[in-house]
Amino acid sequence: MTPFGELWDRSLRNLLADAGRAALEDAGIDRVDSLLVGNMTAGMFVGQEHVGAMAADAMGLLGVPAARIESACASGAAALRLGFFEVASGAADLVMVCGVEKMNDVTDATDALAAASDREYEAYYGATFPSLYAMMARAHMEKYGTTVEQLNLVSIKAHRLGAKNPLAQFRREVTMKDVENSPMVAEPLRVMHCSPVTDGAAAVILCPLEKAKDFNARPVKIAGIGAATASLALHDRTDLCSLEAVRLAGQRAYEMAGRKPEDIDVAEVHDCFAIAEIMNIEALGFVPEGKGGPAVEAGETDLGGRIPVNMSGGLKSKGHPVGATGVAQVVEIYHQLRGESGERQVDGAKVGLAQNMGGTGASSVVHILEAI
Amino acid sequence: MSGIVGYGAYVPRYRIKAEEIAAQWGKDAATIKRGLLLAEKTVPGPDEDTITISVQAGKYALARAGIDPTKVGALYIGSESHPYAVKPSGTVVLEALGLGHDIHVADYEFACKAGSESMFVAYGLVEAGLVEYAMGIGADTSQGAPSDALEFSAAAGGSAFVFGKENVVAEVLGTVSYTSDTPDFWRREHAHYPRHGSRYTGEPAYFRHVLSAAKMLLEQTGLEPKDFKYAIFHMPNGKFPLTAGRKLGFTREQIETGWVVNTMGNTYSGSSPTGLVAVLDEARPGDRIFMVSFGSGAGSDGFAFQVTDRILEVRDRAPKLRDHLDRNKVYLTYGQYVKFRRKIRMNE
Repeated sequence: MTPFGELWDRSLRNLLADAGRAALEDAGIDRVDSLLVGNMTAGMFVGQEHVGAMAADAMGLLGVPAARIESACASGAAALRLGFFEVASGAADLVMVCGVEKMNDVTDATDALAAASDREYEAYYGATFPSLYAMMARAHMEKYGTTVEQLNLVSIKAHRLGAKNPLAQFRREVTMKDVENSPMVAEPLRVMHCSPVTDGAAAVILCPLEKAKDFNARPVKIAGIGAATASLALHDRTDLCSLEAVRLAGQRAYEMAGRKPEDIDVAEVHDCFAIAEIMNIEALGFVPEGKGGPAVEAGETDLGGRIPVNMSGGLKSKGHPVGATGVAQVVEIYHQLRGESGERQVDGAKVGLAQNMGGTGASSVVHILEAI
Repeated sequence: MSGIVGYGAYVPRYRIKAEEIAAQWGKDAATIKRGLLLAEKTVPGPDEDTITISVQAGKYALARAGIDPTKVGALYIGSESHPYAVKPSGTVVLEALGLGHDIHVADYEFACKAGSESMFVAYGLVEAGLVEYAMGIGADTSQGAPSDALEFSAAAGGSAFVFGKENVVAEVLGTVSYTSDTPDFWRREHAHYPRHGSRYTGEPAYFRHVLSAAKMLLEQTGLEPKDFKYAIFHMPNGKFPLTAGRKLGFTREQIETGWVVNTMGNTYSGSSPTGLVAVLDEARPGDRIFMVSFGSGAGSDGFAFQVTDRILEVRDRAPKLRDHLDRNKVYLTYGQYVKFRRKIRMNE
């Protein structure tokens, strides 16, 4: 994983090379059979398509088959899921999955990000991501009594952990006052409830389970994957307060892994906005429906709590280079399961979950990983 | 040793408050004021421009210099709002100030650092012995595009400096320049408003160049921040110069006097030069002054000065910056502001 932040001196090409070469070196290899790149929209951000080919070129992997996989902000995990199937099908023995996004070459990322919503029926009518999530927040607050203070606590937790993550974009803690006083973006969401605009890349290398020890003394197994979609436009959902695609994706992942929510020791969930973390932990079954806010308030999702969520600092503090996030979440779980997360370590973590989501929840991909 | 023999600054009397601009665009004034540390800015009257501002500042500089104007051998005006694309502001100013005809004139452009570059060239010609006196002016009436963040800061004003070898009030101890191709802010020919790279204007542009030039200047002079009484940095908003000063090890006290942006706005080529005038208006003999400008594109000029005894003699020969900045202010509504700034489409 590269550092996440405003990386003025790293281009899209540089980020791909940085993450890709580091992954190859980590595995002690210099060639893979296939390369998948999770990236939301290099086209809108830097005018570059053909990102798969660019990645192979930049990483010194000329000749390797490569393609970009896109599912808005879930592109990273979507790419990882397909990489898994390439290995599982026997078609490839070594697959690199790299997630990347270069967002800071434009002065305003809002319009490019709106492409993850329904352009025709949402974006054209003035909806932006903060406003769509603000509507979800209002609905959740109305139906379940979730409070603004609970949203604030999500951000405070994110920054407290992110401050301990050397690769995070924002490595400073924030207070309740900092969050309360940050400018309003779309009521009730303030700047401090929203993940930032970030450059970054992350890469993992997959191989058949029986060969893993050839490359890594302590590999991590992908035990379960689940993916699902929901209506593209928020207004077509049956319930504004629940993320059906996340629930389905989680269910499918648990089934494949033979696991239940209670078995998860540590999780990375998609906190593009503070309300999303609350809704995601409900959809994943970590807390009962509507009880996400109180759970955060009670510290259940903090380090040392019943279900530690976003020990990396989450998207809020670590940063959210859209296409890279899904892969970065898995990298975090990988380190947690190997006991390498230092001050952010969940003691004895053996089973981890990474949940990636696109747009307002029109797609979601969940990976369950286990230490072996 | 060459240095400044005369100096002066002028800002127009019109002002507009951050609240007035914010209300127009539905923005939160409190957030903007806190983020930019800007309360109000100067606005040029309908009959004012870079030329008129340069003339007024130039008059004050000549009054303090106490020299025969025809002895000025070179006049350089730096601005990004010269009234003409072709025809130097300098020719009009030389006539208005009564300078002679045997004089070198050219206009300078380098975004906000055209003024400090003019100062350097004026100083250089004097130091080289090619002219007896030379004048460097930084003045601007730059535009901010409607509803853009720059509308809160783009202001009008300017400062003039006469350089010479005798009767110096502030000696030049050292000067440096740091430049690279960093396109953080620009305006194409025929474009009415400038464009900018948003957050790109921060770390990779302003801070890289200001901090690099500052370090070069400290090294060249062999001095440390604590050896200076005053420090002035380019002021695109209230925050950047304070951050730059802090990173270099200057205190808020050192920066305070030259920090005029809070009620003036960003006078572009006139920014750090006007901060320098504010300092010269109160500096004591022996005080050392540290100044680093910044111009987008990008580059920074650094100067280190030492004030002489003579400053006490000349200080009161002309109005001080604060006489213009703090007094006789006329506050405009947003409508009056856009009328003055010709942002309203009239029937030609």
